[in-house]
Amino acid sequence: MITVKHLYKSFNSHEVLSDINCTIHDGEVIVIIGPSGSGKSTLLRCLNLLETPTQGSIIIDGQDITDRKVNIDQVREKMGMVFQQFNLFPHKTVIKNICHAPIRVRKMKRGDAEQQGMDLLSKVGLREKKDVYPITLSGGQQQRIAIARALAMQPTAMLFDEPTSALDPEMVSEVLAVIKDLAKEGMTMVIVTHEMGFAKEVGDRIIFMDGGQIVEENTPEELFRHPQHARTQNFLSKILH
Amino acid sequence: MEFLNFSFLGSYYSFFLQGAYVTVLLAIISVIAGTILGVLLTLMRRSKIKVVRWISIAYVEFIRGTPLLAQVYLVYVGLPMLLQLNIPDFTTGAIALTIHASAYISETMRSGIEAVPYGQSEAARSLGMNSRRTMLDIILPQAFKNILPALGNQFIGNIKDSSLVSVIGIAELMYETTTVRGTTALGLEPIIVCSLIYLVLTLTLTRLLTFVERRLKSSDHR
Ligand SMILES: Nc1ncnc2c1ncn2[C@@H]1O[C@H](COP(=O)(O)OP(=O)(O)OP(=O)(O)O)[C@@H](O)[C@H]1O
Ligand SMILES: [Mg+2]
Repeated sequence: MITVKHLYKSFNSHEVLSDINCTIHDGEVIVIIGPSGSGKSTLLRCLNLLETPTQGSIIIDGQDITDRKVNIDQVREKMGMVFQQFNLFPHKTVIKNICHAPIRVRKMKRGDAEQQGMDLLSKVGLREKKDVYPITLSGGQQQRIAIARALAMQPTAMLFDEPTSALDPEMVSEVLAVIKDLAKEGMTMVIVTHEMGFAKEVGDRIIFMDGGQIVEENTPEELFRHPQHARTQNFLSKILH
Repeated sequence: MEFLNFSFLGSYYSFFLQGAYVTVLLAIISVIAGTILGVLLTLMRRSKIKVVRWISIAYVEFIRGTPLLAQVYLVYVGLPMLLQLNIPDFTTGAIALTIHASAYISETMRSGIEAVPYGQSEAARSLGMNSRRTMLDIILPQAFKNILPALGNQFIGNIKDSSLVSVIGIAELMYETTTVRGTTALGLEPIIVCSLIYLVLTLTLTRLLTFVERRLKSSDHR
């Protein structure tokens, strides 16, 4: 379980997150929506400390990860992240992209890591791409590899920051399908996305952010059908039409 | 042209070959050792500790702001005094050239690292890799590929720079040329031969470099 309490984040004097409170239960899929610049990415990146919160706490399974004594690397191991721009390692083949951290960080045996890597490649439907370099792959394929790479660390939760925003439209569905599979398996996930249909389908709960705050949070049915706040209504009316 | 007399080559050509060999050797050693030292300087420059950063900056500024010839003498005279050791001349020359090259390579390396997209380091860190491992396994290999052409040019530069260590008696190409000039009493001809050898070396390497670069580029789109 992840509990965010009174989280603030400023860049210099610019306050980007203010008083964020939320709880993510195990196996839950949270989708964060909101206008550009509302702080969605920043919140997500605070959850694995790619951004250091200015104030507040993030408690993961009883441990406050904002505590200076906490080993950040160990926190990140358990928290997979998938980026908008995939960020695969261009100098490594697909299988090496997937196996590198398990071998180097988790100290897995190479054979075991490769076995696991092949299983993950099957899962994302790209077994035959094991030995190619990322540059030869389409965006959708690269993003599926990036998901496999994150899963290889056997995280307890996954963070997605607009995983399909950099993709050509025809490739969006193949990536969403992989994420949906993960949801079915019960993976805890926090997903920032502009794909409202997908949000409705996969989300257990939707968080709407605006101006660095959580304006509203609810089940997809409620939030999309009966948005309570004017700002939510305004945003949804723009994005759904 | 009849006043130019190259007949000395028949008996002295081996001086030039031997000199060219030492020149290339010096360039190879100084570019490799200079790269290692240069990477170290770059990492120091990125250190969290202020003094370490400062040392790296001061070193690079000093080397880039003073003539190589002064550095050669500094090492030649200063290093044996500092270490209370008798250092062979060749080693002294190699050290001076390495020190010189390392400052320039560290600057090149720095831009090579900066050219690696920030997302690479974020991706590595998000997988739980610590900053050292991220640098060694993810950033540096890509940075090296970025600066390979620049390293090649550095190597070519080192070939020319190495002529300056002739002043401390290292028998590289320039030194051998001076020897030949002395014994044959010919002023111009040995210098012409020597220059042509430098030119052949640098031109060959430039061509080789272009070829390797093209290969590297095409391997990007395998
Ligand atoms: N590293 C940074 N330094 C300074 N300001 C930043 C930094 N990262 C984000 N910001 C600012 O914080 C605000 C929130 O950014 P964030 O990326 O979290 O928004 P977002 O909701 O993800 O937007 P988008 O939908 O465009 O991705 C923006 O005003 C942005 O300019
Ligand atoms: Mg964003």
